[in-house]
Amino acid sequence: MTKVSMTVNGVAVSGDVEGRTLLSGFLRDHLNLTGTHIGCDTAQCGACVVHVNGEAVKSCNMLALEADGADVGTIEGQAAEDGTLSAIQQAFQDHHGLQCGFCTPGMVMSTAALLKENPRPTEGEIRKYLEGNLCRCTGYHNIVKAIMAASGQDVSSIAAE
Amino acid sequence: MYNFEFERPSTIADAVAALGGEDAQALGGGQTLIPTLKQRLAAPSKLVSMNGIAEMQGVCIEDDGSVAIGGATTHANVAAKAAGSYPALAALAGQIGDPAVRNRGTIGGSVANNDPAACYPAGVLGSGATIVTNTRQIAADDFFQGMFTTALEEDEIITSVRFPVPQAASYQKFLQPASRFALVGVYLARFADGVRVAVTGASEEGVFRWSEAEEALNKEFRTDALMDLHVNPMNMIGDLHGSKEYRAHLVGVMTKRAVEACS
Repeated sequence: MTKVSMTVNGVAVSGDVEGRTLLSGFLRDHLNLTGTHIGCDTAQCGACVVHVNGEAVKSCNMLALEADGADVGTIEGQAAEDGTLSAIQQAFQDHHGLQCGFCTPGMVMSTAALLKENPRPTEGEIRKYLEGNLCRCTGYHNIVKAIMAASGQDVSSIAAE
Repeated sequence: MYNFEFERPSTIADAVAALGGEDAQALGGGQTLIPTLKQRLAAPSKLVSMNGIAEMQGVCIEDDGSVAIGGATTHANVAAKAAGSYPALAALAGQIGDPAVRNRGTIGGSVANNDPAACYPAGVLGSGATIVTNTRQIAADDFFQGMFTTALEEDEIITSVRFPVPQAASYQKFLQPASRFALVGVYLARFADGVRVAVTGASEEGVFRWSEAEEALNKEFRTDALMDLHVNPMNMIGDLHGSKEYRAHLVGVMTKRAVEACS
């Protein structure tokens, strides 16, 4: 076992892990941050997306020890401490950007990364950026709508689907 | 996944030393290697991460004008930092996988793996790049030796890849949308002394140069020069995503698109 230390949602954490321990496993099993979901476990679906040093990565495809010393952000760090949802989370709720909710943590974390580098993305840019995040319920329309709303764009002309 | 030791050295010398043990394996971004380990298709005793080595990071322009990319540079960084110096290669990097994969995957990892449907082998071979390792420099024409096979020796590390910058270049990728690899991808680069055409995704032998197309385009650089050329379907990959004949046809189509993009 090797000691790993990192900052997760602003809090310094550490733990003893094996070489093979994935970042997703460290977050879920060691820190009980189970909001990071493991869907496919093959880096296809994006339910496990977290931020490492500000960049979106698939945490099921990164070793925990590779994140030693890193600044990690998860879905648990998105809402305010009093539970007030972030603008992105609120937009997903307002525009019905989820049904079962399994993909939602990854969708929200990918969206946060997208809006950081592109604050007002077009619909096409949103769909392209979310290529690595699969949703099997919504058909994506309301996710795209929620992201446009979260970035302050008018979505009143977009029909509900 | 079987367990392994993990090391994250900060210099190339330390990485070479760490790889000296039995069954040690270099780890780039891990976007192929970690899924492979999960499938238990590989069982190294030790993984040596390349991601803590500062001298293997980044994009720089050398004195002769070539673009050198550190072996541990992510696809996202190549897409962003080579956009000015070598736009066609930056565009290729920006089409690999998805944004989260591009934030981890590295050029050295992709080139060393030589997946027959990966994008980088086409860009490296099409550019006539030089693969720089901790011990030597290898021309792209000598480096790729068939599906998942390269000239790399055990324990050899790709420290950088050096690209001569062509007058014009284009990567045309026919996306396999589920895997996000190329069903067929063609990288065409036009230099003062000739045209290079490299094809990925299509052949059972991995990336290859389409020499007949190069000869035709050297005589006359227009799509009509390719009209009578056909790739033999015999050695193409045939699977549920596309037959041998389909891939052979796509090689021609994507090469023509690349010519148009460079005209």
